[in-house]
Amino acid sequence: MSKLVVTSIGPASSVQDGGRPGSQRYGLVPSGAMDRLSLAAANALVGNELLAAAVEIGPFGAAFTARGGAVRVGLAGASRNADIGGRPVAFDSSATLAEGETLNLGFARGGSFSYLAIEHGIEGEPMFGSLAVNARAGLGSPYPRPLQSGDELKTQAASSAAERRIELPAATDAPIRIVFGPQDDEFAEDNKKLFIDSEWKISATSDRMGYRLEGPVIKHLDGHNIVSDGTVTGSIQVPGNGQPIVLMPDRGTSGGYPKIATVITADFGRFAQISAGRPFRFKAVTMAEAQAEAIKFHALLHSLPDRLRGIEDLGLNIEALRDANVAGQAVSAVDVSTWQVAVP
Amino acid sequence: MANEVRLIQMAEPLSPPRLLPSGDSAITVEFSRTIDDAANRRVLALDRLIAAEPIAGITETVPTYRSLLVHYDPVQIRFDALGEEILARAAKALPSETGTRRWRIPVTYGGEHGIDLEDVAKTLQTTPDDIVARHVAGDYRVAMIGFTPGWSYLSGLETFLHMPRRKDPRLLTPAGTISIGGIQTGVQCLAGPSGWHLLGRTPVRTYQLHRDPTFLLEPGDAITFTAIDAKTFAEQDRAAEAGAFVAELVTP
Repeated sequence: MSKLVVTSIGPASSVQDGGRPGSQRYGLVPSGAMDRLSLAAANALVGNELLAAAVEIGPFGAAFTARGGAVRVGLAGASRNADIGGRPVAFDSSATLAEGETLNLGFARGGSFSYLAIEHGIEGEPMFGSLAVNARAGLGSPYPRPLQSGDELKTQAASSAAERRIELPAATDAPIRIVFGPQDDEFAEDNKKLFIDSEWKISATSDRMGYRLEGPVIKHLDGHNIVSDGTVTGSIQVPGNGQPIVLMPDRGTSGGYPKIATVITADFGRFAQISAGRPFRFKAVTMAEAQAEAIKFHALLHSLPDRLRGIEDLGLNIEALRDANVAGQAVSAVDVSTWQVAVP
Repeated sequence: MANEVRLIQMAEPLSPPRLLPSGDSAITVEFSRTIDDAANRRVLALDRLIAAEPIAGITETVPTYRSLLVHYDPVQIRFDALGEEILARAAKALPSETGTRRWRIPVTYGGEHGIDLEDVAKTLQTTPDDIVARHVAGDYRVAMIGFTPGWSYLSGLETFLHMPRRKDPRLLTPAGTISIGGIQTGVQCLAGPSGWHLLGRTPVRTYQLHRDPTFLLEPGDAITFTAIDAKTFAEQDRAAEAGAFVAELVTP
């Protein structure tokens, strides 16, 4: 049996999948990947079910070593400098570690979370149909907690399939779209306008439960205590200090602060990827528009297997490298000599 | 019977709930803006009726004090169409007491297991024994389960025991804590933060992995408490850890 051994890893890194919906009525939150599209892209690269369990890697670097045989991985999400035994590896592509080789990943660039999927999946014991880590509830497998050095992710030996890359839509810095509600009537129109018209930053104290926003103070019409009601991933609640908190996949299933708005499904992963301290804006859309975008997002996610390409297809690879360039990497799409990026 | 009185009250037409968008994949069906037992009964009635007469596209429902959160897949059904279906069911979802389960939950009060009992008694100008007697005498209902797995919020706390929450919430309170806060009492399953006043602890696990059922209580279940001593608590705690319910199902 092959396994991938965690040789080094930073905080906020855990096994995540599509989550465990269905028990929110008992207070159990679904958890699951912060950026589902990137999770699905990583899985598509190695032929897995799109929302199978993969390693969600937080902003810091990480390294993994193959033991007991070769291991094929798919890398997607926030790009990083990456190499296997000094051999550069591109994001949005698959790569294989021979027995004993180490995959080194640098800091996340232009995002917060990367996804490392393993061909044949990660072995574990599903709880409520999911391996996703929810540390507070003691759930997750193979470890019910964030990953640590020395952890082992068991899998099967890599197949002889050719390596793949995946063509994803170009990254965008467009505002994060929201629909107002369910408690936007707890706020005066000028405060709703302030929420939409202002620049926001994500606080460094954010985590998988909630992203705390820093910006102007949003005032309530009638106090900040409401009777607790149900939350969704993407709920934007406003506590007493007027600094909104966006609820993330490990949120509480209920909450007692007014919720001014909700991030739309299609933009949630893009929101989750915004780095702490980087300014962004919200944009209000109608329910019809949000649902049309949700349907498009669903279609995009399920189209990922059709977006796989051979790694040797140079013409299209230049496009992938141009994307890498947008993310701030000093790579020339036309000068092959610059592709071999040094890894810290 | 109280039940009959309730049914007669419900004979008047049911006012429609408000449909509030919670993003593109959930609707908050709001019956009241306050903690209101009648509204909570309508929430639970609608929840039951949706379970009995499913609507294609609904992925799960989450009852809370005053609203039912309906999660759905917008690929299968849109906000307007789902809203119509929900309103049609809300108009005929009558609260009913039939089939209500009743649990008796053992609690050891005070001492190290209920560190706020003395202070609560002082604040309410009575004795700890009186607080315990009043809490045990209550007839409660699971109004909602939320925040963390198994955290059961109960309605039915007598007015005398209503108290504002602590100014400084505790960051860590023990598993199995039985507490009061505002006009509610609660059964907490996992250790975690809480701003409520801690009266005691139960060995009952309302959530326990690898036990069938994993979740013991359902929204709408009736609850009474029974006082046990610390020694019994320790014995029952071991039994519960091994998978016993410890809570006693009184009816049905």
